[in-house]
Amino acid sequence: MHDTTGTKVFRIVTIVLLSIFTIIPIYVMVISGLKPLKDVQGSFSWWPETLTIQPYIDMWKTVPLADYFVNSVIVSSVATVLSLIIAIFAAYAVSRYTFRGRSLFSGAVLSTQMLPGVLFLLPLFLIFVNINTNFGIQLVGTRVGLIITYLTFSLPFSIWMLAGYFNGIPRELDEAAKVDGCGPMRALIRVILPAARPGLVAVAIYSFMTSWGEVLFASVMTTDANRTLAVGLQLYSTQTNVYWNQIMAASVVVSIPIVIGFLLLQKNFVAGLTAGAVK
Amino acid sequence: MSAPTALKKSGPAAGASKRKAGTPRRAGWWLPYALLAPAVIFELVVHVIPMVTGIWMSFLKLTKMFIANWGNAPFVGLKNYQVALDFDSAVGIGLLKSFGITVAFTILVVGLSWGLGMAAAVALQKAFRGRAIFRTLFLIPYALPMYAGVIAWKFMLQKDNGAVNHFLFDNLGLPGDKPFWLIGDNAFISVVIVAIWRLWPFAFLMLMAGLQSIPTDIYEAASVDGAKPLRQWWNMTLPMLRPVNMSLVLVMFLWTFNDFNTPFVLFGGSQPPAGDLISFHIYNASFLTWNFGSGAAMSVLLLLFLLVVSGIYVLFMNRRKDNA
Repeated sequence: MHDTTGTKVFRIVTIVLLSIFTIIPIYVMVISGLKPLKDVQGSFSWWPETLTIQPYIDMWKTVPLADYFVNSVIVSSVATVLSLIIAIFAAYAVSRYTFRGRSLFSGAVLSTQMLPGVLFLLPLFLIFVNINTNFGIQLVGTRVGLIITYLTFSLPFSIWMLAGYFNGIPRELDEAAKVDGCGPMRALIRVILPAARPGLVAVAIYSFMTSWGEVLFASVMTTDANRTLAVGLQLYSTQTNVYWNQIMAASVVVSIPIVIGFLLLQKNFVAGLTAGAVK
Repeated sequence: MSAPTALKKSGPAAGASKRKAGTPRRAGWWLPYALLAPAVIFELVVHVIPMVTGIWMSFLKLTKMFIANWGNAPFVGLKNYQVALDFDSAVGIGLLKSFGITVAFTILVVGLSWGLGMAAAVALQKAFRGRAIFRTLFLIPYALPMYAGVIAWKFMLQKDNGAVNHFLFDNLGLPGDKPFWLIGDNAFISVVIVAIWRLWPFAFLMLMAGLQSIPTDIYEAASVDGAKPLRQWWNMTLPMLRPVNMSLVLVMFLWTFNDFNTPFVLFGGSQPPAGDLISFHIYNASFLTWNFGSGAAMSVLLLLFLLVVSGIYVLFMNRRKDNA
């Protein structure tokens, strides 16, 4: 099949314009992280006169970035693992069983996407405070509170995506396993999970990205003890000096692990989305 | 385990009503409920109970004086709602303005993000050398942690040392003074562009995933029949993407209307009136004035609005599906 000239022009123009739009902020981030402070305070230049890695050294001292990094890694990893396990069970139930309340559950889960964060931010905060006063479990200012919050944020979409993925796995597979004497749990672990690996990877990436990038609850529920990168990165600009070069350097550093992870696994992510969204 | 007790209410009662007298309950009927229990418990703790509490708070006079022991805050009925919806008062006008800005913001951001995502997905539909590179590139803004991308934009939009003004005035040589982008009326344009930059890759990703499920031979058949590309897109691609588009547009609408992060990171504490999106407005109304009852009432109004719009959308879409 041959493309018309119009199609070719459309394709080239679209790709070129969107590439520029996409790249420029990333370029500015990378290049500004390599400039000395005076160069980011004066007029912007597309190509720096002096390149230095000093911002990448100083950024750890201006704010305790390493601590924030550790907090973010722990919170995001634990939230991702827990969210994945819980989502697997829920999606298995939704995909393989007919039971009363099934469509109610599916509808309710997706409708949480509608909730404005500001509506439950303060109540959740107060509930955490009350749990602390009544049961002595510290949830505000600890990683546990953030983990519970974040794993719940990614749950609805994860369940929805996984259920779609499980639906695409022929039922005959787990029926056959059950005939061979597997219980429902063994059928899930032995048959469905291996077949659903791209979907699981997709959900894990999604959960991790959700936790890693969350700002609103992090800014209210964290203290110096458990501050995450999302809040920590803002602290460079509340100093008397705005260290734009260090902010940009820190932005690059916090982005690299997640961007690389995402790009390596993007095929799985697209496959997982296809299963969830199209079916 | 607390799971079985938590489900006692819905499980057996629901099962009993369905069961005909005399037929034994199927073995393992409780399994799906047990599988759902962890998800339900966490959703209850983090979403449902706080939401109900938030609705309850909207009927209280929950000001600074009562925040420590909010159980004692006096019940004021619909007073908070009256204040929020009194469009003669400063609070009501503020909310109405913020609502208007958010509607315009949402229409622009969702519409343009969808358009860009669709254009990119179609442009990359057919295999060509280097396609994977662009596919990867376009997904980077989505993969980037949200605050990192927005902070980069914040730097670009600075008046004196930002890249945007440098490009427009130093490179292109526009006449006049460099404007502020994060203060004043330009703030609206800024927040729209930044939000699109973050959102359109998601539309691209979903539409690309959707396009992959369309068999390529129908396009070949159509070109043999002489259908022009635009016609093919309109008559074949768009209808086949309907299931994706239905959920995609709804999800993008909800995310964008509730967007707090973009204005929060872009503007910081001092949000300009032109960029006063509604989540941010309510947050400030709650935390700057310490009037949480009023803030809760505004949140409930926002939720009601989103519920109504989503409900109409879903009904309308299902109706069209039935007619088709």
